Amino acid sequence: MKALLMRDLRLATRAGGGFGLALAFFLIVCTLVPFGVGPEGGQLSRIAPGILWVGALLACLLSLDRIFALDFEDGSLDLLATAPLPLEGAVAIKALAHWLTTGLPLVIFAPVLGVLLHLPSPAYPWLLASLALGTPALSMLGAFGAAVTVGLRRGGLLMSLLVLPLYVPTLIFGAEAVRRGASGADPVTSLVFLAAITLGVLALVPFASAAALRVNLR
Amino acid sequence: MSIWEYANPVKFMRTSGAVLPWAVAGAAICTVAGLVWGFLTPLDYKQGATVKIIFLHVPAALMAINIWLMMLVTSLIWLIRRHHVSALAAKAAAPVGAVMTLIALITGAIWGQPMWGTWWEWDPRLTSFLILFLFYLGYMALWEAVENPDSAADLTSVLCLVGSVFALLSRYAVNFWNQGLHQGASLSLAPGERMAAVYRYPLYLTMAGFFLLFVALLLIRTRTEIRRRRLAALLAREMRK
Repeated sequence: MKALLMRDLRLATRAGGGFGLALAFFLIVCTLVPFGVGPEGGQLSRIAPGILWVGALLACLLSLDRIFALDFEDGSLDLLATAPLPLEGAVAIKALAHWLTTGLPLVIFAPVLGVLLHLPSPAYPWLLASLALGTPALSMLGAFGAAVTVGLRRGGLLMSLLVLPLYVPTLIFGAEAVRRGASGADPVTSLVFLAAITLGVLALVPFASAAALRVNLR
Repeated sequence: MSIWEYANPVKFMRTSGAVLPWAVAGAAICTVAGLVWGFLTPLDYKQGATVKIIFLHVPAALMAINIWLMMLVTSLIWLIRRHHVSALAAKAAAPVGAVMTLIALITGAIWGQPMWGTWWEWDPRLTSFLILFLFYLGYMALWEAVENPDSAADLTSVLCLVGSVFALLSRYAVNFWNQGLHQGASLSLAPGERMAAVYRYPLYLTMAGFFLLFVALLLIRTRTEIRRRRLAALLAREMRK
C-alpha cells in the first residue's frame, strides 16, 4: 500500500506529471471572476466563499482522469487488480494520492486567493477547515467517476457529467460553512454535515469504484 | 408462478405483448378523461385557472421520482441475479423518467410565473428536481457511451446505486441551503390538509393515467430493446458464417 502511494506521488510530482496544473487552474478561475462581475470589493467579498469552493471543485475535476487513465493504458491497472491488495484498497490509495497532490495544495493555496477576492477575515479558518474536510470527498467521488469512465474514448466530458451532480451535497455544506463564517454566524453545523458526508463517502464509495473498475478490466 | 419467470425474454415478450394494449388503452382513457375533467373544474378562488396545471405537474413529478426508484430496483436485480430483461427495463425507463422530470420542471415554471412572479426560484424542491434531471442525463449518457452491453448494464447499475444515495442526500442538503417557496405535499391523508374533492378526484385519475402511460412506454421500450438484442445476436451469427 505504501509502495503504491509513494509510486503515485512520485509519478504526479515529476516533470510532466501535471502537479500544479490544478493550482494554476484554481488561480485562473479566481482571477477571471472579478473580470466577470466587476472589481467592486463588497460584491466580491459576498460571493468569495462560493467562488472559492466552485473553483476548488473544478480544479479537482480537471485532474481526475489522471487517477486511472495512464495505469489503464500501460496495463499496470491489470496488475493492481490481480495483486494481493484488494482493489478497494488500491482505489482508496489512489484517491489519497490524488488528494495529496491536488486537494491538499488547493487547501493551502485557498487563503491566498481569498485575499484576492476580499474574503472577510473571520471566514479564513472556516475556509481552511471546510476545504480540508470536503476535498477528500471530492477526490474519492472523482475516483469513482474515473473508474466508471476509464475504458471509454471521450471519457473526460462524460465523467464531468457523472461526477458534478455527486459533488452537490459537499459543495452546499462546504460553501455554506464559509458563508456563515464570513457573516459571523455559527458554521459548526455545516462542518459537521460536511464531515459526515466525507466519512460516508470514504467508507462506501471505494466499493462502488472497485466494482466499476472490475467491469472495465473484464 | 413467480416474478422471476419474466427473466426469460420469451416469456416476458409473450406476457408484455398481451398486457401492452390494455396498458395503452388504460393510459389513454385515464389521462384524457382526467385532463378533460380537470379542465372542467371550477376556478380556484386564489389561483384562478392556473390551478389546472396541477393535473400535469403533480403526476409528472410523482412519476419522475418513482421511475428512478424503479430503475434502482431493476439495477439491483441485474447486479444480484443477472437477468438481462431487468437491465434493459432500467435502460428503457430512463428517458421516460427524464421527460417526466422535464415536464414537472416546465409546468412548474409556467405555474410559477403568474403565481410566484418568477419562472425559476432556487427553492429546495425545484433545485432537487433539477439535480435529479442531471442524474438522468448522466445515466443515459453512460448507457450510450459504453459499447459492450453487459459492461454498460453493470456500470449504469453501479451509477444508479451511487446516484440514488446522492440524489437523496442532495434533496435534504438543499433544505439546509435555502428556505422553500414550494407548497408542501399535494396529497395528504390528514383530512384538514387535503385539497378540495373537486380537484382531488381528477388528480387521482391523471395520476393513474400517467402511471399507466409509464407502464405502456416502459413495455414498448423494453420490447424494442429485447428485439434489438435479438437482431444484434442474429447479425453476429450471420457474420460468423
